[in-house]
Amino acid sequence: MTKSDLIDALAAQQPQLVFRDVELAVKELLEQMADALATGDRIEVRGFGSFSLHHRPSRVGRNPKTGDAVNVPDKYVPHFKPGKELRERVDNAARRERENNTG
Amino acid sequence: MAVTKADLADALFNQLGLNKREAKEFVELFFEKIRHSLENGQAVKLSGFGNFGLREKRSRPGRNPKTGEEIPISERRVVTFRASQKLKQRVEENSTLLKQKYTQEERVEANVGSG
Repeated sequence: MTKSDLIDALAAQQPQLVFRDVELAVKELLEQMADALATGDRIEVRGFGSFSLHHRPSRVGRNPKTGDAVNVPDKYVPHFKPGKELRERVDNAARRERENNTG
Repeated sequence: MAVTKADLADALFNQLGLNKREAKEFVELFFEKIRHSLENGQAVKLSGFGNFGLREKRSRPGRNPKTGEEIPISERRVVTFRASQKLKQRVEENSTLLKQKYTQEERVEANVGSG
């Protein structure tokens, strides 16, 4: 599912909103979430999961072309931890698939 | 400070003029559509933000960290997230500021703890 598939699915289920508003709303939500992470705020969505930043310490890397050692400074990277409902629904679906395949 | 569904709904209300009930419902449905796709075994690719994927994990021996007792971890399907290059870059560009912010927050927490 891509962003435009997601917009289509939401538009189909929200007939009171014009398509353009659905498009803008999806973009707004993603922008708010990206903004939160870029400014160091966590995102916590019950039943879905949480987004936070993980710290990566500085390290000595290599220039792949020349083989020279280069210092890579420490940085933060986005991290997602799935919530309980998402974890369980995904795993239960997988279990049902396995049972159907063997049954 | 953590961003919640209520904050996201507020943004739809403030920025797009959806009414409060519509905004709340939209946020709920947005996350439900992503969950539903993943539940159906379909990855979700949100360009500019990141990709939610699925991985099959084989069963492996595990251990109760408290008692040390051995308990097998069953095979399972798990959700993974890979931030897009754009999001990673935005975070990375802010790393210096973020470091200051987190150091300050730690100091505040330490002061609250001791006070």
